[in-house]
Amino acid sequence: MTTPKKHSLLSLFASVQLALLLLFLLATTSIIGTLIPQNSPYAFYVEKFGPKTTQLLQILDIPDMYNSWWFLGLLALFALNLIVCSLERIPQVIRTLRRDGLAVPTGQLNKFVLHREIALPEPFSDAVDRVAALLRSQGWRARTTEKEGGRFFFAEKGGWTRFGVYVVHCSILVILIGALTGSSAVARKILHNPQFAFKGSIMVPEGESTGHVTAFKSGERIELGFILRCDDFAIEYYPNGMPKTYRSQVTVIDRNKPALTTAIEVNQPLTYKGVTFYQSSYQPFQTYRATVKKQDTGAETSAVITVAKQTDWPEGGVSYGIVNRESQGEVTRRLKIWFTDNKGDPSLFWMNVDQDAVVERPSGTYRLSIRQLYATGLQVTKDPGVWLVYGGCLLMLAGLYVAFFLSHRKVYIFVKPGENGSIFLFAGESNKNKVGFENNFSALISKLEK
Amino acid sequence: MDSSQLFGIVMIAYLLAAAFYLGLFVFKIERVGLIGMFLALGGVGVQTAALGLRWYESYRLGIGHAPLTNMYESLVFFAWCTTLFYLALEFRFKTRVMGAFVMPCVAVAMAYASFSDRIDDQISPLIPALQSNWLIAHVVTCFIGYGAFAVAGGLGLMYLLRQSAENSAKPSSLAGSLPELRMIDDLTHKTIVFGFMWLSAGIITGAVWANEAWGTYWSWDPKETWSIITWFLYASTLHARFTRGWRGRRIAWMALAGFFAVFFTYFGVNFFLSGLHSYGSV
Repeated sequence: MTTPKKHSLLSLFASVQLALLLLFLLATTSIIGTLIPQNSPYAFYVEKFGPKTTQLLQILDIPDMYNSWWFLGLLALFALNLIVCSLERIPQVIRTLRRDGLAVPTGQLNKFVLHREIALPEPFSDAVDRVAALLRSQGWRARTTEKEGGRFFFAEKGGWTRFGVYVVHCSILVILIGALTGSSAVARKILHNPQFAFKGSIMVPEGESTGHVTAFKSGERIELGFILRCDDFAIEYYPNGMPKTYRSQVTVIDRNKPALTTAIEVNQPLTYKGVTFYQSSYQPFQTYRATVKKQDTGAETSAVITVAKQTDWPEGGVSYGIVNRESQGEVTRRLKIWFTDNKGDPSLFWMNVDQDAVVERPSGTYRLSIRQLYATGLQVTKDPGVWLVYGGCLLMLAGLYVAFFLSHRKVYIFVKPGENGSIFLFAGESNKNKVGFENNFSALISKLEK
Repeated sequence: MDSSQLFGIVMIAYLLAAAFYLGLFVFKIERVGLIGMFLALGGVGVQTAALGLRWYESYRLGIGHAPLTNMYESLVFFAWCTTLFYLALEFRFKTRVMGAFVMPCVAVAMAYASFSDRIDDQISPLIPALQSNWLIAHVVTCFIGYGAFAVAGGLGLMYLLRQSAENSAKPSSLAGSLPELRMIDDLTHKTIVFGFMWLSAGIITGAVWANEAWGTYWSWDPKETWSIITWFLYASTLHARFTRGWRGRRIAWMALAGFFAVFFTYFGVNFFLSGLHSYGSV
């Protein structure tokens, strides 16, 4: 009883109908997640869809549908289908390739869709030599045999290209394995080693350091094994006010020693020991670092200041403060400064953040620069599967090219002595690009006729 | 002469080309089709120059980047890819009447880019997320795919028209100028195969870039999801053809459905859904 049942299950998984059904289901269910925003807070769904519907959405895991049991299940079925389908068909391909072309009865040659018979007034032995030479010159490695009073040639090209489609199937599996390898859920729940693969973020104020990451979703604390210090964060702008660059200057400290200092920008991440840091956000503080330098003496001071609070520099004999500012969101662009050396009226002026201002006072010239303080937000990823994914992608492109554009071609030529010379029987077949092959086939024959 | 004036000329050339190709389809006068072909060819030539000029102009503004960075530029590039692909097909397979099903789409894209209030044609500087060498690779691969799929959709429509004309009791003179069904079917298939290669490459370059910029090669953002939906759809079409023997009418419908998915991936996502790909939004 069990054998036929097992067999029917196997044939179900080997069927292209199932593949088509799964592709259709994957495509249509994927749409849901593009219409219903993913991974929003619970309250968002209640407000948008009402409590009843939200409950249903929760049951079906719709708010995180691409990681839901049923969507991953569909993907798993798809992978299983790919494997069974390929395993069942590859032996058939091997059988096809093993089939001996020389065993084809010459009487069948004129049953090929592509076949031709010509007669030429040349002796049989010359004809055989010319066919052998022609095939060789066209890159066909022919095998030959004596048969039915004549000489039979068979040659084929590109038999291996029949595997192209299985290379594509295999590449999808490699990509899926890569995705599993790099999945933080797999690392946490199955490997019980969250450090193996994770995605998280850090928010590091300028001048401070961190040695751990807060994982996305689980909120788990993951040790990096080294320390990252944010030395500086800066935003550059285009003249029209659009942001041009977000840049974090960072130092990696490994075993209490600075290992490297570099800049992280969008599209220019830092990878250290398999962990990659991406510039992803920033947090402006409403505090500023002010640097004042007295030009003639070279004396300098630096202080962290806030708005509407006087700061004194007794050694330099000055007091200063921020009395007003222009901001874009939380990012300060210009500041109105109050500055005095207690001789005459205080100076009041606007200055740009990150640019120096020169203040002329009775007691001398001062150079003032003010920077807003930030924390840099970095996304931190460890994905040991990414090279498998990339390898799978390359394999897929190569496989697609072979599967679509290269073909398995065969030619059969039978030469036999005729009444006034020799008779040639040609047949050929190609599994793809039949029109192109037909042209090659005709060209081959006309070369012989010349 | 600046690039926007050149693009204006290109738009007029494409509109006229579409009109002449339609003229060929309706009146079956070879000469009309020939004029259409020369208009399309001239248009694509001027457009190539205009794209180069716009690229150069961006450097003059001190914000140099390839003209592939917003909705306006992508529409123009779509028109360019589709026309080039179509003309290559026309020369290779000698079927001029196809233009009546492709060039109107190109002309609409160009006209929409030029006239819609929602589309800004200024050259603007690149936001940090787009400052990458992957930009060109990603956009070019995707748009060659889109261009091919647009042509495949046109071919599908042509197939259905011709077939319904053949099946109807009184023969319609209109569809008589269309190529044979077998040939349209073959061309549709070849075009889909070509587009599928490039769409795959486009998704892959996009994934590599996303990993470079955001640290995730796949995040199921609506643009990504719709591109994979499109990929699934064409993958099904190819499997149905290779293994289930689907031909003709069914493939023609799949080509149209596929083009709808491409259209939604390209436009719908930007207009109706929100996500990471917001630079294309208008």
